[in-house]
Amino acid sequence: MAKGYRARGVRQGGWGRTGLAAVVSVAYFFPVLWIILTAFKTHNDALATPPKFLFHPTIENFIAVFRRSYIKGFEAVDTGFALFFFNSIFVSASSVVIALAIGTLAAYGFSRFPLRGNDTYLFIILTTRMLPPIVVIIPIFLMFRVAGLSGGYAGVMLLYTAFNLPFAIWMMKSFFDELSGDVEDAARVDGSSETRVFSRVALPQVRAGLAATAVFGLILTWNEFLFALLLTGVGTRTVPVAMAQTIGGDIGVRWGLLAAIETLFLVPVIVVSFLLQHQLLRGVTFGTIKR
Amino acid sequence: MTQTPVTTATVAAARPATWWTPRWSNWRLALVVAAVVLPASALTLPVNAAFWLSLAAATLVAVTAVVDAWGRRRGPLLVAPALALLFLTNLFPLMWSLGLSFFRYRANRGAAPVFAGFANYQTVFASPIVWDRLQTTALVVILTVGTQMIVGFLLALLFEKEFPGRRVLLMLVLTPMMLSYVAIGAFFRYYYEPTFGLLSQAVRVFTGRPFILLDTPARALAGIIVADAWMWSPFVMLLVLSGLVSVPAYLYEAAEVDRASWWRRFWTITFPYIRSLLLLALLFRTIEAFKIFDVVFLLTEGGPGTSTETIGVYVYRLAFQYFRTGESTALAYILLFIVVVLTNLYLYFVKQRSAEA
Repeated sequence: MAKGYRARGVRQGGWGRTGLAAVVSVAYFFPVLWIILTAFKTHNDALATPPKFLFHPTIENFIAVFRRSYIKGFEAVDTGFALFFFNSIFVSASSVVIALAIGTLAAYGFSRFPLRGNDTYLFIILTTRMLPPIVVIIPIFLMFRVAGLSGGYAGVMLLYTAFNLPFAIWMMKSFFDELSGDVEDAARVDGSSETRVFSRVALPQVRAGLAATAVFGLILTWNEFLFALLLTGVGTRTVPVAMAQTIGGDIGVRWGLLAAIETLFLVPVIVVSFLLQHQLLRGVTFGTIKR
Repeated sequence: MTQTPVTTATVAAARPATWWTPRWSNWRLALVVAAVVLPASALTLPVNAAFWLSLAAATLVAVTAVVDAWGRRRGPLLVAPALALLFLTNLFPLMWSLGLSFFRYRANRGAAPVFAGFANYQTVFASPIVWDRLQTTALVVILTVGTQMIVGFLLALLFEKEFPGRRVLLMLVLTPMMLSYVAIGAFFRYYYEPTFGLLSQAVRVFTGRPFILLDTPARALAGIIVADAWMWSPFVMLLVLSGLVSVPAYLYEAAEVDRASWWRRFWTITFPYIRSLLLLALLFRTIEAFKIFDVVFLLTEGGPGTSTETIGVYVYRLAFQYFRTGESTALAYILLFIVVVLTNLYLYFVKQRSAEA
């Protein structure tokens, strides 16, 4: 594999290239790095002029994310961030699971049993994902208000499922399209039922694709802001909304604290996107571009 | 790939002879029931109950259609749940808002919508504010996408060759685009902060005065563009890189034998391989940049004044702060039209590219 890759034109560069790339990459990554460093600084260190690169790391900011006193000297109280993190995880995970189940079936259908107007359906599906979220959210907001869905988990989960669905369909279709149908046909000839062909033959071959789609869906949902801003209530608020409110709200210039919230929020994403490197191109273009 | 499956000899289980026979497979009857229930409930019952009753009727139609098609129509059955969900959460609301765009309606008042014809569209098209916001958006799109294309391209050239540590360093550069807009907004707010922000501190070394980036329209715009371009240049890089590594090595070897100049080698060998990907990156980023909302909302909230208020932010304000709901849906429809055209164009080029390959 590695050899074939090289033959396709990845030419060799030496350590000189590594040096140049390292400087550029670290500079590019610096804003993220600086936030992570700031999260470990005390309040005074975070506001030091000139900025401090060497300091005694502390985890007080991370504790303050979850428990802190709003008035100096008073007892520390729960800030609710534990709940917001739970909400983010719960809402993203459940909506991704549902979207992936429905989306994989649909992708298999679109890939193996094309309908009349298959491309039109796929176009409409992609369009719903490309639309400015603000366009969709106005009627949804009114609709949810009528149906009593806004503020609860059900509404946000429904919307996030729909938000992940076009992505799941296009991604999974791109993976199914890459498989040759021969193995499935062989199974059919051997007398497998269609259900069995799907679950025992087609699905195991796209396991990596399923994992990649799931993780991408998780990241997309985890990061989503506008829908959550308008449709979550106090108890179902997700981290991005809570974070945005914290920026404009009570913590003022406690940058260390804000950096700690961001660090907790970002590090999982950074870690999993590292694992996704080979599927990144497909993921960020919603499966429209494979290579 | 597209051959029809070996159909199992399923005999349709005694389908109803007439449309009124109540059976689980009789979707025609369900459709009639729904057609009666929907308007009747909308007219007589309170909005809440009508909504749930309509939903139940729609479910009945769906269930009967599934029972009817079971075992016979595999393709439609597989995609039906997905299409139904998308219809419920995207197309139906969109149709609703299309309807609303013809009404005078404010969502924060009790008054019922009043039919207004094309009045909302007239207001929107005649409004100098809308044109101003569209101009701001166009400026942002051109500048941010332009920057992304250039920076992304240069980054791709840097990572074109294989070198020790490439995988890790590549990942460092690719990280920003996986992050949340909210986090990016918060970062850059911190860096642009006048007293303690890194930017202000860096400038102060030279001028001796704190530097408030976001206080003039031009600089606030620059602040937004830097944040957005930082986030999305890796996207362009990723696409260009995939084009660069697909160039067969023997072409470069042949060029070396011919002693072709770097410039000539680029235009005759490299560029044809990345042309289509550059176009796709351009289109994709244009669509996304056109929708720009989160970064602006979090970084400048459209300020100073309204100088950085893009069309996305304006629609948000129109709908959820001024509550001019009818007008906002009309404007939203105009945006929708633009995005649909761009998406169509994008898919056209995606297809053309896969046909070439």
